[in-house]
Amino acid sequence: MSAYPGQEGLRDPLKVARGMGASRSGVRPWWLQRVTAVALVPLSIWFLFLMGGVLHADYPTVLGTIAQPVHAIFLIAFVVCLFWHGALGLQVIIEDYVHTRWLALTLQIALRFGALLGALAGTMAILAVWLTGASYY
Amino acid sequence: MPNSRPTSPHLGIYRWRVNMLQSTLHRLTGLFLCLGALLVAWGLVAAATSDAAWSRFVAFCGSWIGLVLLFLWTWSLLFHLVNGIQHLMRDAGVNYGPANRDRTHDPVYWSAGWAITAISVVLTVLVWVLLLVQAGGGAA
Repeated sequence: MSAYPGQEGLRDPLKVARGMGASRSGVRPWWLQRVTAVALVPLSIWFLFLMGGVLHADYPTVLGTIAQPVHAIFLIAFVVCLFWHGALGLQVIIEDYVHTRWLALTLQIALRFGALLGALAGTMAILAVWLTGASYY
Repeated sequence: MPNSRPTSPHLGIYRWRVNMLQSTLHRLTGLFLCLGALLVAWGLVAAATSDAAWSRFVAFCGSWIGLVLLFLWTWSLLFHLVNGIQHLMRDAGVNYGPANRDRTHDPVYWSAGWAITAISVVLTVLVWVLLLVQAGGGAA
């Protein structure tokens, strides 16, 4: 059927020669980047207003603000989307500019650890304030 | 493995247009906002830790370098936000296609970047005027 070894149908034999080709899952991060972006449009505007109100407030007011269920829930959504979207963006930046294999791989793994840790830290902190902070106000 | 396949033409041969500024700034602000995400995490963890930890966080934000960073983060967020909305619109195919890239048919296509940059700057100034009014008025 094909004139080239390793070629099946219309597929480029280079794919086989290099041992790599489309992973067939490339659309997923692209979509997730857009979906988190859509979520971050209202969330980041809301977060700007929340920050503006909280930075000049005293500590108990800050805890009381975070501990309001609506604030806590939206904050968790914001933090998760923020780190997810940021990680997807940094992933593409590393793919584009870091061409040393071991360094790219190290950075990609470090990025995933960092993003997960950041999202986890933020989420746990919000939960801690939400679930224990009611006594402060 | 050295790649001897033909490469696509690079930056040098293209005429400069504002979408290049948009693309570069979107990536740079995105990179910078990732550092801002760390600040968000720090603030939340500080709030959950103690009054002293929160005070250290607020002291950093109120310091000279903190204020400069916060101002840059505000603009980065707003530029990334406004430009990101255009990205999403073009992803959805709104005003996007061969016909729109024809300058005589759709001059807005190539100039929207200036408006986006201007809007992000105006919004940043607006946010900080509001913040300063709030701080000065003792609203806290």
